[in-house]
Amino acid sequence: MAEGSSQRGAGVATTATALAGLDVLDLPPEARASGQRQVLAVAWRVVWPKALAVIIALAAWELISVSGWKKLIFPAPGDTLSNLWGQLQTGLLWHAIGTTLYRAVLGFALALLVGVVIGALVSRVRPLRAAIGSLITGLQTMPSIAWFPFAIILFGLTTQSILFVVVLAAWSSIANGLIAGSDLISPLLLKNAHMMGLRGISLYCRVILPALLPAFVAGLKQAWAFAWHSLMAGELLVLIANQPSVGVLLSTDQDQSDLVSATAIIIVILAIGIIVDMVFGVAERGIRRRRGLA
Amino acid sequence: MSATTSVTEATAAVTLSGVSKVYGKGGAVVRALDELSLTVAPGEFTCLIGASGCGKSTLLSLVAGLERPTTGALQVGGRVALMFQEAGLFPWLTAAGNVELSLRRLSRAERGRRAAELLDVVQLGGFADKRPHELSGGMRQRVSLARALAQDADVLLMDEPFGALDAMTRDVMHDELDWIAAERGLTVLFVTHNVREAVRLGDRVVVLSSRPGRVLADIPVGVERPRRIDSAPVAQAAAEITDLLREEMRRHGGR
Repeated sequence: MAEGSSQRGAGVATTATALAGLDVLDLPPEARASGQRQVLAVAWRVVWPKALAVIIALAAWELISVSGWKKLIFPAPGDTLSNLWGQLQTGLLWHAIGTTLYRAVLGFALALLVGVVIGALVSRVRPLRAAIGSLITGLQTMPSIAWFPFAIILFGLTTQSILFVVVLAAWSSIANGLIAGSDLISPLLLKNAHMMGLRGISLYCRVILPALLPAFVAGLKQAWAFAWHSLMAGELLVLIANQPSVGVLLSTDQDQSDLVSATAIIIVILAIGIIVDMVFGVAERGIRRRRGLA
Repeated sequence: MSATTSVTEATAAVTLSGVSKVYGKGGAVVRALDELSLTVAPGEFTCLIGASGCGKSTLLSLVAGLERPTTGALQVGGRVALMFQEAGLFPWLTAAGNVELSLRRLSRAERGRRAAELLDVVQLGGFADKRPHELSGGMRQRVSLARALAQDADVLLMDEPFGALDAMTRDVMHDELDWIAAERGLTVLFVTHNVREAVRLGDRVVVLSSRPGRVLADIPVGVERPRRIDSAPVAQAAAEITDLLREEMRRHGGR
């Protein structure tokens, strides 16, 4: 079946020209091609506010330090940064970061599994939703540190204890993102999908999941924050021998009243949190831009 | 193609006999359609028109199989596709991707080829890789039409598909739809509240009464094709139908 405007009569050819003309008028002019200079300009626009914020923070810190407040114990920024640099040269800090990130990834993956399964069920099964829908939101307000006595009694001072609390802290945000996302799917899209013959699994994979992706990623981002909070609490509370983690290093600094090193570790924790958050942010913006929402 | 209203039920594309649709229960019952009977012949372009609340959209939902009639019998011969006032494209897919989702029965290569063909039919060959938000309202509606055609439907149901478009775009879309429907021998049920549009497009205009919806009048459109929405014969036929609709509104206002 060859279909093209060539087969149409003169009147239809006019139609085609008119349509093409309308299309050109309807669309915004093409964005200017971005050269290397423009890329640099964009990068500069993104970087300078952040750089300025860091400089202001360092300056304020330096100011407090030179003012002589708690002179003997308050760390100066210079000392702290050189301490951090020194620790980054040793294997211990990297080993600790490795352990902590391993726990973060594993805990987050387990939370993802639990959150997706429960979220998908609750969003599709009405009675289940009536039963535990509000409980899931309620769980998000529960301070995760309150679970530790429970976890420690159950699993002892082990990695399982930490992972248990991380999963408990993070899964409800993931489930909630999924539920909120599926509530917001336009009925028009679902009607169209129905007319296109999409049912069951293919409906879920091809329409429902992509449609709820933005809300789902927002849920993931929030879940990461909760997971990271509870992981740090866990590593400070559940100290496991011969397993250096970021929490263990921080705890050791506390025992030795080494505020300079403790501050250096805090910077590491902050940096990891920000970097992961930025990754989620980039994913979120990418999804929104593809759909014309940003 | 002039009106052919006297078709036997066996050869009809769409047959509704004594179809009623009631929403709600107890005190809050709304009777959207009441004992409505309508027969549409294959290849016929039927426009449904009526004031608000005449159950036009309900009728299409029933024919599409999205809802079931409360009572009465409904027969549809062949596959059905439905197009709404808003395109309802999937925003995460390109124009081609949206069309291809209706072509899942084909192999991947075949899907791509067929989607490109269909986008050519609606004059969007150069926009296959654009996402819905990068297209204008009229272009989105054409992708939606290509997606409906991809379902290889025999019956195309259209619920005010051009209602949100500007007049210029709508005129061109009328020409486009005219050609596609004739070319493919599609049976079209086209809902609109615009009488001129109904006369411009339809072989026949069915006027529905309001609350409950019934067939008030069934008018063959004798105007020769090709038609123009601003031509005198179209205007005259439209004026007659408008009078009928005014009469119907007056009847409700006086109650």
